[in-house]
Amino acid sequence: MTTSIEHRLRDGGLGKGDIANLERRLFLRHGLSFGALTLLSGCDVVTNTDPVDRFLRMISGFNDGVQAALFNPNKLAPTFPESMVAPEFRFNAQYGLGSIPVLNPSTWRLKPSGLVADTRAWTLEQLQALPQRADVTRHVCVEGWSMIGKWGGVPLRTFLERVGADLSARYVGFRCDDPISYTTSIDMASALHPQTILCLTYAGKPIEAKFGAPMRVKIPTKLGFKQPKFVVEIRVTNEYPAGYWENYGYNWFAGL
Amino acid sequence: MQKDRHIVLHPMIVRITHWTWTLGVLILLGSGLRIYNSEPLFDFYFPTWTTIGGSNEAANRLHNDFGLAGALLWHFAAMWLLFASLLVFLVWSVASGHFQRKYLPITAREVSSNVRDFLKGHLAHDLGVRNAVQKLLYAAALVAMIVMALSGLVLWKPVQFHTLGLLMGQYEGARYVHFLGMGAIVLFLVVHIALTLLVPKVLLPMITGRAPRTAEPTQSPGELL
Repeated sequence: MTTSIEHRLRDGGLGKGDIANLERRLFLRHGLSFGALTLLSGCDVVTNTDPVDRFLRMISGFNDGVQAALFNPNKLAPTFPESMVAPEFRFNAQYGLGSIPVLNPSTWRLKPSGLVADTRAWTLEQLQALPQRADVTRHVCVEGWSMIGKWGGVPLRTFLERVGADLSARYVGFRCDDPISYTTSIDMASALHPQTILCLTYAGKPIEAKFGAPMRVKIPTKLGFKQPKFVVEIRVTNEYPAGYWENYGYNWFAGL
Repeated sequence: MQKDRHIVLHPMIVRITHWTWTLGVLILLGSGLRIYNSEPLFDFYFPTWTTIGGSNEAANRLHNDFGLAGALLWHFAAMWLLFASLLVFLVWSVASGHFQRKYLPITAREVSSNVRDFLKGHLAHDLGVRNAVQKLLYAAALVAMIVMALSGLVLWKPVQFHTLGLLMGQYEGARYVHFLGMGAIVLFLVVHIALTLLVPKVLLPMITGRAPRTAEPTQSPGELL
């Protein structure tokens, strides 16, 4: 029951502080309910989770390697008929609808950085002039839900080639202009996957503000949180760039 | 001399994998319920105390969420514990002949005779010897485990295991299969634990491996070595 309320609050526009307050109140009410795991591990997970959490994150790092090995760079995500495209897509963000940034498409710039030959910023028109592709694919959220949509834009591979990126580098990181300064990063193999795009359209129309206008990254071979919205910088690097949810313990590779 | 009055009922490897497997299943179960809670398939949630992923407060502090990240970390760690236990047990038990001796064959005649005995209230329970109903129960649990592993793969990697996903309605279908498989395993656990409580003498040998020689079954003496 509480989770339902939490989700509605999260989707409905309350800030993180509000949710934290609510959480504190919920904890006072339900604080004693947690117990099974404490008995199981023989230590107080509530106040002393850090060593356990570190160990679990280490295994998550191992799972990154397993997933990279399972990832077939030539295997396309399944596509669906256009009739299956959701007319109204589900909104999901760490901030509410009231805090969505509205970026001006005419002043918006995309900055390539790191191991690239040309760091000149790109305008939206320049991206629109590049070759485009669109796929009807399934979007899978780490929370468990999935939805089918049609996303179009510039293959990230094309963009990386145009800016003279070192395609043998390990990572591609993304920085976003949103209320939480969202960041995330992916492996180069996934970045070069043919369906990985700098997404400009949904169902043939420019993407809406709440879905990351003017440009969000769409990766049908990754979970939703690896597909950042409001992207303003793409960094090619060999140093692990981590990311917002990854730093909170969500698995980094998060491949599908 | 003590040794003469006891027999080794469960080899060490069976006992170790039994309990690591148990641990793996319990962690997968608890964390799985918490993962379910983040996007319920049906019109109900599981109370937080039945799940693994930390209290809401701890989850908020560590993972900035309501327990999903913690549950996922536990789930994808326990997956390896279960996988390793299952692999060691299956490879060893097939190679040593344990599997063939203990679980095969399961005949319809034996099952129905067991059920009749059970209904009449005098189903024999010899330590170390599985009757057909037990064999069937364990076979069903094994099938459920395999279904869980396969549907888990489709949920984890719906693109890479797309072909496997065709068997179960892809990602969304696999969510139902994985949930129902979980239900089947919980059902097995309920029956398995209930039977243990009815016949408590079977519990200690699963820990120590030893049973009094008086409990020695008349069948398959070779198994006792």
